[in-house]
Amino acid sequence: MTLASEQTQLDWGAPSQPKASGGLAWGALAAVVAILGVATLVLFNLRGLLAREVLSSSAADAAMVAVLAACTLLVWPASRAIAASFRVQPNLAAGDLVAARIAAASSREWSFITLGYGAAALLVLGGIAFFTANDGQVSKTFFDAKLIRDFTPLVAKAFMVNVLIFMCAEVLVLIWGLLVAIARLIPGEAGRPVRFLATVYCDIFRGFPVIITVYLVGFGIPLAGLPFLGDLPLPCYAIFALTLVYGAYVAEVYRSGIDSVHWSQMAAARSLGLSHLQALRHVIVPQAIRRIIPPLLNDFIGLQKDTALVQVIGVLDSFNQSRIIASNHFNLSAVTIVGLLFVLITIPQARLVDRLVEHDQRRMRAGG
Amino acid sequence: MPLLEMLGVRKAFGSHDVLRGLDLSVNEHQVVCLIGPSGCGKSTLLRCINGLEGIQDGEIRLAGDRVSGPGVDIDRLRRNVGIVFQSFNLFPHMSVLENVTLAPICVLKQPRAEAEARAMALLKRIGLEAKARDYPDRLSGGQQQRVAIVRALAMDPKVMLLDEITSALDPELVSDVLDIVRDLARQGMTLMLATHEMGFAREVASKVCFLFEGRVHEEGPPDKMFGDPEEERTRGFLKRIIEAGRL
Repeated sequence: MTLASEQTQLDWGAPSQPKASGGLAWGALAAVVAILGVATLVLFNLRGLLAREVLSSSAADAAMVAVLAACTLLVWPASRAIAASFRVQPNLAAGDLVAARIAAASSREWSFITLGYGAAALLVLGGIAFFTANDGQVSKTFFDAKLIRDFTPLVAKAFMVNVLIFMCAEVLVLIWGLLVAIARLIPGEAGRPVRFLATVYCDIFRGFPVIITVYLVGFGIPLAGLPFLGDLPLPCYAIFALTLVYGAYVAEVYRSGIDSVHWSQMAAARSLGLSHLQALRHVIVPQAIRRIIPPLLNDFIGLQKDTALVQVIGVLDSFNQSRIIASNHFNLSAVTIVGLLFVLITIPQARLVDRLVEHDQRRMRAGG
Repeated sequence: MPLLEMLGVRKAFGSHDVLRGLDLSVNEHQVVCLIGPSGCGKSTLLRCINGLEGIQDGEIRLAGDRVSGPGVDIDRLRRNVGIVFQSFNLFPHMSVLENVTLAPICVLKQPRAEAEARAMALLKRIGLEAKARDYPDRLSGGQQQRVAIVRALAMDPKVMLLDEITSALDPELVSDVLDIVRDLARQGMTLMLATHEMGFAREVASKVCFLFEGRVHEEGPPDKMFGDPEEERTRGFLKRIIEAGRL
């Protein structure tokens, strides 16, 4: 054991000094002052606009004061940053390097907090400035309060057509996509032609723009004059077209989910005497579905939004309805309603999926 | 007549020959331990017997009937030949009880109540009846492996293949699993096990086979194999095992 004795003293160098903090802290304070200036300007402009539109109210004033007060709150972290930076030098002078480093780190932390919240405040103020620009024309074009109030019921009623279309399409897509995915995974030589066809289908319809599929199916099938298929109601063609396209997407999602289940699970299931299909049904697909719920929701949200495309074949859905209102009133507020309705139905679904995933994970980790 | 016979079994993965004309026979109630360096084909052999891998040449016979190659009812073969893997491979989305009853219900068409009663009896034997409703994630590796053994046993196999079933376990969990195997051997189950637990092999085996380069290089009763092996390779292998403190 000669090693230890041969070891030389390691050269650690000088202990690390506190990082610079004063400049950053004063910079943060300057940024806060600038933001307050911008806020005053923007809100002053807004107040003038409201006065001209005879929309002034004490509530609006209170809201504006609140925004200004929120911006003023930024002074607090900035002052903490400066106060902390003032503690660095005395600590250094007293020889307490550790305390000096802590003070500097704390000062920098508070500076960054000031800047982070300040950036967010600037973005919000920028948004207000945009919508009050051109004497408020911007906000009136998109958010005319009266139009929104008057036409929300009508647009919402038309939105039920979108809901009907995507609900039907989603059910069909779930079934059709799984069938295609399983077709792509059929093993052996006998399965080769089916695999090939399924692959071709996926390649074509994943590449085909949704709007063109809707257009071709919606106009083409009635045009071809097929018996029965030729005279279905328009939404049926929309559902069919969306199922074709999203079936291809979802088949890929299923397939990646099935692929992501380790092959040893298949081996274990087969070794117990389960057939290929039994193993898929009881062991592989249930595990795959748990993993694909989040990407599946993504595709479903895409599908829901794409129901707005069915207006190209003349389905009177919410978008089509809102466009009629928009051209009658020379104002886009009704179209904004449609967009907001789509957002409104998406958010609860996202939360539901979060809950499902969480619940499932808890269950698998839980005792009986 | 041997219960299980391998005659000139050849298996290659691409250009890599794993089994090169392997001959081996297992009699009923025998416990056959496969030992040998890693990559010698122990696991591959077990997987071939169970039909998880096809073989290129030779023949595998179960109770005199050919069970390799085309025309074999592979699902029926697997009902008679259970296999337990190194990595347990329990189904994570099913409770312990569901893991054990899946194949009896699905394949043997047992009524659920009957399958569950049998599963509970088996779980009780390994002291895990309290865990029946738990999911595999909640179990230790040793408990998971015991459940995996029970899952295979629920199909009433005639032969059990155990593929390095203790290799993935923490040392203190190994003995619980080996106890079950010892019980099985005592009850007369025909067992084939690939293992690195030489002490255990020496204790329970009726025959020890040293696999080398895709063949059974030497076989014999455990005392002979571990005490006084004839082949140079076998001696070399055992010497390294002893040096590693595993025997």
